[in-house]
Amino acid sequence: MMTLMMIPICLALCFAPLLRSVINKTKAFFAGRKGPPWLQPYRDIRKLLGKDAVYSKTTTWLFRAGPLVSLTGVMLALTLLPMGSIPTLLAFPGDFLFLAYLLAQGRLFVVLAALDTGSSFEAMGASREVQFGALTEPVLLLAIATLSHHASMFSLSSIYQTGVPDIWSRAPIILLILALVFFVVLLSENSRMPVDDPTTHLELTMIHEVMVLDHGGPDLAFIEYMQALKLWIFSTLIVGLFMPSIELPVGLQCAIFLAGMGVVGVAIGLTETMMARLRMEKVPQLIVGAGMLSVFTLLLEVF
Amino acid sequence: MLPGANETRELALSSIDAWHVPYGSLSFNLDALSAFFLTLILLLGVLTAVFGKNSSGTTWFFFISLMFGMTLVVLAANALLFLFGWEIMSLASYFLVTTRHQEPGVRAAGWTYLVATHLGTIFLFVMFFLCEQKTGSFDFHAFSSLSAQSPEVLAAIFACAVIGFGTKAGFAPFHVWLPDTYPETPSHVAALMSAVMAKIAIYGLLRMLTFLGEPEAWWGITLIAIGIMSGLSGIIMALSQKDLKRLIAYSSIENIGIITIGIGLGLLGMAYQATGFAVLGFAGALLHILNHALFKGLLFLAAGSVLQATKTRLIDDLGGLLRRMPITGGLFLFGSIAITALPPLNGFISEFLIYLSALGGGLTLRFPANLPFLAAVLGLALIGGLALAAFAKAFGLVFLGRARSEHSTRASESGIWMLLPMVVLALCCVAIAFGSGFFLEEFAPIVGVLLPHHSAATEMTLQAVAGQAFAIAMLSGIFLAVLGILALFRYLLLRGRVVQTGVTWGCGYTKGTPKMQYTSTSFSEPLSLLFSPLAAMKTEVTAPSGFFPSAASLQRHVTDTFRESIYLPIFLRISALFSHFRLIQHGRLRLYVLNVVVTLLVLLTWKIGFSS
Repeated sequence: MMTLMMIPICLALCFAPLLRSVINKTKAFFAGRKGPPWLQPYRDIRKLLGKDAVYSKTTTWLFRAGPLVSLTGVMLALTLLPMGSIPTLLAFPGDFLFLAYLLAQGRLFVVLAALDTGSSFEAMGASREVQFGALTEPVLLLAIATLSHHASMFSLSSIYQTGVPDIWSRAPIILLILALVFFVVLLSENSRMPVDDPTTHLELTMIHEVMVLDHGGPDLAFIEYMQALKLWIFSTLIVGLFMPSIELPVGLQCAIFLAGMGVVGVAIGLTETMMARLRMEKVPQLIVGAGMLSVFTLLLEVF
Repeated sequence: MLPGANETRELALSSIDAWHVPYGSLSFNLDALSAFFLTLILLLGVLTAVFGKNSSGTTWFFFISLMFGMTLVVLAANALLFLFGWEIMSLASYFLVTTRHQEPGVRAAGWTYLVATHLGTIFLFVMFFLCEQKTGSFDFHAFSSLSAQSPEVLAAIFACAVIGFGTKAGFAPFHVWLPDTYPETPSHVAALMSAVMAKIAIYGLLRMLTFLGEPEAWWGITLIAIGIMSGLSGIIMALSQKDLKRLIAYSSIENIGIITIGIGLGLLGMAYQATGFAVLGFAGALLHILNHALFKGLLFLAAGSVLQATKTRLIDDLGGLLRRMPITGGLFLFGSIAITALPPLNGFISEFLIYLSALGGGLTLRFPANLPFLAAVLGLALIGGLALAAFAKAFGLVFLGRARSEHSTRASESGIWMLLPMVVLALCCVAIAFGSGFFLEEFAPIVGVLLPHHSAATEMTLQAVAGQAFAIAMLSGIFLAVLGILALFRYLLLRGRVVQTGVTWGCGYTKGTPKMQYTSTSFSEPLSLLFSPLAAMKTEVTAPSGFFPSAASLQRHVTDTFRESIYLPIFLRISALFSHFRLIQHGRLRLYVLNVVVTLLVLLTWKIGFSS
């Protein structure tokens, strides 16, 4: 049973960086390029882990603690995430609140580490991060609460394992709308386009990248890995909506799940290919719009 | 727990009707609810006293009077005794606020406080006299017959209680005195006032609610609405402040808002016969009262430590203090994590209970009964995200980065007697974070006072939620373990490698100065602008002019909408009205004597004319 429960966590820990490759390959395909090799994210992390460390004179212990705490928070969130019919390591009513606040913990420490450098660029990124974070967090909670409302379930695993198949049979439109809301939250929380441009070269236009300018070596590896895991978590929330409800062998479930993650990766890549980054003042409109959709879905069945 | 434990646990110091005075009696009562608040008073009272041990004699006198007043309020079983304690509390805190009365800002703050607190007290007078009219007694045990009164009377009592107690606690829109007062108060007193005195007002509200019997739905909805408004406007204003203590003061309004949401959910649960959600709401509110007392006490004391070391409260003059004041800084970070309700600390648990109540009600009740619950979920989520922004700013700009002025370059760590109380408070936070599974069931008697006749359901709900608290504590334990493993991993990786220090990457620019760092206003501007109806951004520009422009300035600050658009116009109007009387107050002695003579003459003629 325990080994079974560890499978989703191991899948996440192993394959999370690969999701980035899927996005990059998709973007490269539509741009007519070959794109970086599939294993490039792993190589990056290995290279960074092998490097020496340079810390700014301005920084304190907090700067060094930042990547550790945020990676820990995201890793712990994995224990609550359901995958198919495999039971999660831990489930209790309201565990999705814990998940949301763990991710917020990660955000706080990345922001504080950025402020610790005393650089105005990084503080600018931090300011934007807390701004968009303050908006996406309610939307995420609202979306999961909507799901929980329609599923009449309180914990993430019961919502996804028994609630979602039930909603499919009653009102699939709810799940389609929520998938869209989760997708917007994913784009915003993971600094993807159209909220943030992960490939930009001008510090003034960055959000996430500018906050981690001063991280290097193993610390940057932790941050990169944390980002990969975070992307994985949000994608799991979407893929979980489309997992088959019938009892299947574990191997098949994993295969379906990974294929689903691939589809999400392609969707992100497509979005990034088709859209440019929004102006900063337009971003709140996008996030609040997603929140409104979620409120609408929440009240949908009620009438 | 044994059945009927509610009754046996009730501490029997009740109602010594020893000393009857006209209209009142010196009767005390200590039940579970009073005991809970008494614990807060004593714990925080001792700790803040240690922090402020170098105060002058007068400060000590009023500090102890404040403690006495609060104790009296909590123990009183008679309305007059309650009001007596309430007045001692208000006056003592007024004199504590004006400790540094040489400064005009302090006098203004004290004046605002005195006026506001007495305007609130008027409503308490009205409320208690109304109760006396209906029951014929000022004794609290006679008040329990109030529940038989007509809905209009109960509504009037409820409204008076919300306004009267809400003014003291800091409910928006009655909060405007609070952010003016706390920053000017000595830090250990501000800690006591925010951590405990505001809660005494909540105690008063809860105590009155126990007399009013089964609540009506709109009471709960009103409190939830007030809670969401207080929470949102409080945290937005906190986020926009430039003054560290003012920021923390505004965050008190936010937390009082969260507590009020919890109480509102409890009342609404009672009104809809949904006992489980009522228990969760009340228990969450009570636990948040305790939690907030601990971490807000900690934060105010830490801010006091910073103020003592740097002689400034302005965030834009601080920075880089974590190097110079590592313990204060660490404790402030600790308090910030706790107050933003992030795991693995205690703030999460109480907000979790309130969330569960709101989600539960929103999920199971029918439309439109579930709408207030859903609004509470949304409000809490918004408040949570903004609180993170506010405290990232408070900690990040004050303790991290480089020193922005000489104030912070000269700072040094405070002494042991200032640090010790903060360490104790932090340890209490850890105890709650990891131990709440053990003692959440002990809240049953306290919740039982608010929610009588449901002791079995109360205990069942609290047992269930204690199980969830265990799960959370376990996850928090795993959190720390994983953190330790990762830290060890990095230590092993870096062992034997070169660990250098260099300058912060300035994007190619190497001459960065501390003044170039982000300021407090620039950090919070995007969010302040987004929520501008709640926090109006004022910009004062002196543009350069002429051929040889010299002076130019740009100042941005955020003003409290409630203060600027409600209270200021009203009080200015009143002031203008009364200024007409200045006509007879001109300072010319001859005319004053003439006034007396004329009055006497009029009286004399009137008297003579009357007798003849």
